[in-house]
Amino acid sequence: MNERNERIHGVACTFRKVSDVFHAAEKVRDAGWKNWDVHTPFPIHGMDQAMGLPRSPVPRLTLLGGVTGFITGCLLTWYMNSYDYPLIVGGKPYWSVIFPFPVIYECTILLAAFGTFFGQFIFNRLPRHNHPLFDLPNFARISDDTFMIVLEARDPHFHLDESRNFLQSLGGQEITVIRD
Amino acid sequence: MAHAHDSSSERPAILDKVRPAELPRSPLILNNRGFHWITDKVCGIVEEETPLWWKIMFGVALFVASFTFIGLGYLVATGTGTWGLRSPVGWGWAIVNFVFWVGIGHAGTLISAILCLLRQKWRTSINRAAEAMTIFAVCCAGLFPLFHVGRVWFGWWLLPLPNQNGIWPQFRSPLEWDVFAVSTYFTVSTLFWYMGMIPDLGVIRDRATTWWRKAFYSLLAMGWRGGNRQWSNFEMAYLLLAGLSTPLVLSVHTIVSFDFAVSNVPGWHTTIFPPYFVAGAIFSGFAMVLTLMLPLRAIYRLHDVINQYHIDNMCKIILATGTMVGYAYATEFFIAAYSGNAFEKFAFVNRAFGQYAWAYWIMVSCNVITPQLFWFKKVRENHSLVWIICLFVNVGMWFERFVITVTSLANDYLPSSWGYYSPTIVDIFTFFGTFGFFSVLFLLFIRFLPLLPMAELKMVAPQADPHAH
Repeated sequence: MNERNERIHGVACTFRKVSDVFHAAEKVRDAGWKNWDVHTPFPIHGMDQAMGLPRSPVPRLTLLGGVTGFITGCLLTWYMNSYDYPLIVGGKPYWSVIFPFPVIYECTILLAAFGTFFGQFIFNRLPRHNHPLFDLPNFARISDDTFMIVLEARDPHFHLDESRNFLQSLGGQEITVIRD
Repeated sequence: MAHAHDSSSERPAILDKVRPAELPRSPLILNNRGFHWITDKVCGIVEEETPLWWKIMFGVALFVASFTFIGLGYLVATGTGTWGLRSPVGWGWAIVNFVFWVGIGHAGTLISAILCLLRQKWRTSINRAAEAMTIFAVCCAGLFPLFHVGRVWFGWWLLPLPNQNGIWPQFRSPLEWDVFAVSTYFTVSTLFWYMGMIPDLGVIRDRATTWWRKAFYSLLAMGWRGGNRQWSNFEMAYLLLAGLSTPLVLSVHTIVSFDFAVSNVPGWHTTIFPPYFVAGAIFSGFAMVLTLMLPLRAIYRLHDVINQYHIDNMCKIILATGTMVGYAYATEFFIAAYSGNAFEKFAFVNRAFGQYAWAYWIMVSCNVITPQLFWFKKVRENHSLVWIICLFVNVGMWFERFVITVTSLANDYLPSSWGYYSPTIVDIFTFFGTFGFFSVLFLLFIRFLPLLPMAELKMVAPQADPHAH
């Protein structure tokens, strides 16, 4: 089996209707697959549950960015206006959390946004321009109006013929083998 | 209720007999258009041969934009005195134009972020263009304070970077808060706009036929594959960016209003400024969205995705925020009268009846009276009229900033130092040119990037429901 699958990325099949791919995804999930994906032109409502995906980890990096931004804002204003070059303005304290709050607030949002933006790329393993899926002849239709389930060869359930039959039993059309 | 049934946990029998009425919901995509139609429509705008109107408009826009750059070049060579700034009015058109353009930008963020959090699905067809408008408007806005510093090559002193003088920015100043607010706003809006566009750039990449087109869109699409594992992170990141942009947009215009409110000039030193500025920003921004989208809808025949329901909603938001702005004008007068402060009272009487009364009444008629026409369905359905009203709103909101900035400075505490401010031709050219600069950027956006968010439009189509059969 290993020799046969060496250069195979997985098996793909297409669906024309949202409800078909949705119910097929539930069956793949129930069969215990781990390395597989559903490619769709738009996010389908409830597909995360249908695939059994855990909650996205992106918010962790948002929080990390936000906390870093808040601390950076505090340190920046304290160091510049109170420590390195203390300025007396209107007899006010050299540093308090009140007067530079707009600056701290904007730093918090800025770094939280960076955390979110780069978090999306990090957890999605992007950018990646050389994926085997791009070689599929019908890939352009997947971003247009067609849905596709891909079962990957690295999953322990994978066996070329069985997986092909499994996809057929789910009602998939155009079953293709994706080569690496 | 409970005594009528044997057990409270039992389902009341009446529920089987009455069927809840189906609430009519306006369809967001008319004529039952499918997914492929949406892809063809939006990609078609980018893929078709450059239309003649675009070339003509682009030429005109470039010509108009040159006014800004000639004006700024002259300013840098000569000094800020060429802007008609002299005692007592040290803040003239530059600040007016800055607040005007930043305000325009705010509707884009409102549509993309706040309406996203409120699950307003009608935002989908206009959000991409509105976000682009935000970014380009902030580009125009940023020019004015940057060149207002006079020696523009020292503009970087505003940033917290070590410089040869060994001094740092002064964080007690609202102007310094503005630097942080506007630059954060620009950055976060750009991230949000670009991230939302990645799946659509992937669509254009997949359809590309020439190698340079393939290379250009591949680079921008970052290798997006549309797997649900990617969508899951994408959707989460999109929601979080919406959640971050919402407090951001409110803070930006709040801080812009602090430029005025933190000073002690009569007519500026009021606590109503932050909410009043935010309402005004949304008001002017929606007017600008309609000003841009109505012609685009006609040119590209987008009637099925930007329908009367969308236009109605935007008109109603303009009506609501315009009325809020009118209410804020009235509140300012009331508080001035109630404050017992002679200078404050004078500032407001002077606004309405003093030397700038003409500007004040242009502002009131454009901002308070004109949008009231949107109460009428007939008006909202007449798109030429809607477009004209939106132009009035844009003019009115520019005058609002003019009235606030100039009347308070021209006639403050000491009558001996009063003056009358008029712009110079350099002021007028520089401001006029920003419309060209904005148009150049917006035309490039229309031509090279997906004008409507395809993935989001497909999401709101009835076929996208996995439980429909």
